[in-house]
Amino acid sequence: MNQPGIELREVVKRHGSTVAVDHLSFSVRRGEFFSILGPSGSGKTTTLRLIAGFEHPDQGDILIDGQSLRDVPPNLRPVNMVFQHYALFPHLTVSGNIAFGLEMRGIVRAEIRSRVSTALDMVRLAGMGDRLPAQLSGGEQQRVALARALVNRPAVLLLDEPLGALDQQLRQEMQVELKTIQEQVGLTFICVTHHQEEALTMSDRVAVMDHGRVLQVGAPQEIYTAPASLFVAEFIGLSNRLDGRIAAVEGTRCRIEAPGLPIIQADAPAGAGPGRAVSVVLRPERLHMSQQAAPNGFDNVVPARVAKAVYNGHEMQYQLRIDERLLWTVRVPNADGGQKRFLPGDTVSVRWNADESVVLAQ
Amino acid sequence: MKGPAWRRRGLLAASLGNLFFLYLPIAVLIVYSFNAAKLAMTWQGFSLQWYAALARDHALIVACQNSVLIALVSTGVATLLGVSAAIGLERLPWRLRAWLDGALLLPLVIPEIMMGVALLLFFVLIKLPLGLLTVTIGHAAFNLPVVMVIVRARLRKLDPQLEEAARDLGATPWQAFRRVTLPLLMPAIVGAALLAFTVSLDDFVVTFFTAGPGATTLPLKVYSMIKTGISPEINALSAMLVVASMGLVALSLAVQRRRIFTH
Repeated sequence: MNQPGIELREVVKRHGSTVAVDHLSFSVRRGEFFSILGPSGSGKTTTLRLIAGFEHPDQGDILIDGQSLRDVPPNLRPVNMVFQHYALFPHLTVSGNIAFGLEMRGIVRAEIRSRVSTALDMVRLAGMGDRLPAQLSGGEQQRVALARALVNRPAVLLLDEPLGALDQQLRQEMQVELKTIQEQVGLTFICVTHHQEEALTMSDRVAVMDHGRVLQVGAPQEIYTAPASLFVAEFIGLSNRLDGRIAAVEGTRCRIEAPGLPIIQADAPAGAGPGRAVSVVLRPERLHMSQQAAPNGFDNVVPARVAKAVYNGHEMQYQLRIDERLLWTVRVPNADGGQKRFLPGDTVSVRWNADESVVLAQ
Repeated sequence: MKGPAWRRRGLLAASLGNLFFLYLPIAVLIVYSFNAAKLAMTWQGFSLQWYAALARDHALIVACQNSVLIALVSTGVATLLGVSAAIGLERLPWRLRAWLDGALLLPLVIPEIMMGVALLLFFVLIKLPLGLLTVTIGHAAFNLPVVMVIVRARLRKLDPQLEEAARDLGATPWQAFRRVTLPLLMPAIVGAALLAFTVSLDDFVVTFFTAGPGATTLPLKVYSMIKTGISPEINALSAMLVVASMGLVALSLAVQRRRIFTH
């Protein structure tokens, strides 16, 4: 890793008797779009507030370009934040809001004016500078909040659930826009979200957090296809799970026994030995359905009964009853429109190859 | 409002009845201040003579000056202390806040006459001669909780993240207060000050106990005039006080109701 933009070292933050952030360490490269993904209460917002300087670590340190932020108050940190509910100043116009940070730094009026107008252009709000925040829509307010932070050219831009208050369609537009702006300005973004799709689409790297700890850091694809733990696998995307025990390891492959099911072939996890309790995680779009029982070249075949068939426009979503405990979801894209559908009550076989599953320790 | 017609009419009648009950005496007072008669209770034509008489009454003008001076200074003091207390209290841990809250709001509920007696005893005890100063202190004391309650209501509605946002954008704590919190509190502060000014202008009880010989205010003056018989001059004076007070209270409400900047 080259010179890190920002680095957290063993940061601990307690709120009363609960540990909000627990020996947290990660670093974010300069110019990177980094997301912290986790359920509510995982400590991700606290992490952001620690970086912004609104809270102080009980232990550990936060460094920007090698400089400790330990005794630096929020107003002197090279960091700006986009707040979850925007926290726009209601008594100032859009331009007044955006100019605020520049005025605080004593930048000359002419430069403020030109930088504010550049920022307005960047977030596509040119001509709206004289409005008050209350006169803007949610999406527009969001862009003002972004411009207000970006105009200061911070070393790190912090975003707290930046799209959380927007409706679904606007949210998807803004995901793309946010990523485009980030690439344009080349700043380091740290984005906190509980929305996994948001994290996957925008980020260069994602950190998955739970209970104040980072569980896995990696590129979106890595997090999705090679989750390091069951929590990560189940938190990100839909997954089907099969609990069993390793029966044998043969080279890079292993065989897994699960009660009532045929032997399952899978890639062997690192350090796996016979007898180990594991979970096989299967993504719904990696499973194949057929009316024939023959393996047809697949490593694994499991019989099932269709419990539910849901038409989603672009795909069919099937719920398959494997046995009385297991209910799996399979997604089949409606690519050719006329693809034959399975009906509830049909007996089918579910097939997949060994390398299409992930085996994780329980 | 929906519902059967008889119900709506009933509500209207009740509201009008209430308004009559509240405002009829005041209306009578104001009407009779324009009465040409020397004796208050018979109508003998329209006249402004009693208002003219007021303007020639030197003692009355002095009382008026005292009232305005006391109201101005006590309002200033109460506003400054009340706003500071409101902001300070919001930042305390809640247990301490609950205690101080009760203590600071007590003057709103204890009988005014007790407050008057207590202040009188206190001033005597510390040997502060009664006069304009003691009245002003007394008014500031009962106005402080008034200001505090109004300002705190507004403060509660402010998004605490606004101040954080200001800090994040490079403002020192003082700059964040000056540029963000204070402007957003301003309608409440102005409204509270206007109300405090009115309460001070109209106060009788506390003034009565804390005023020395030279510190007669308008309400005290009215009271002493009544003792020598009700003259139409009192009607005129009272009418002016009523109109001024109602105007100030209306202004105070209008300022407070100005668009509240909250999400």
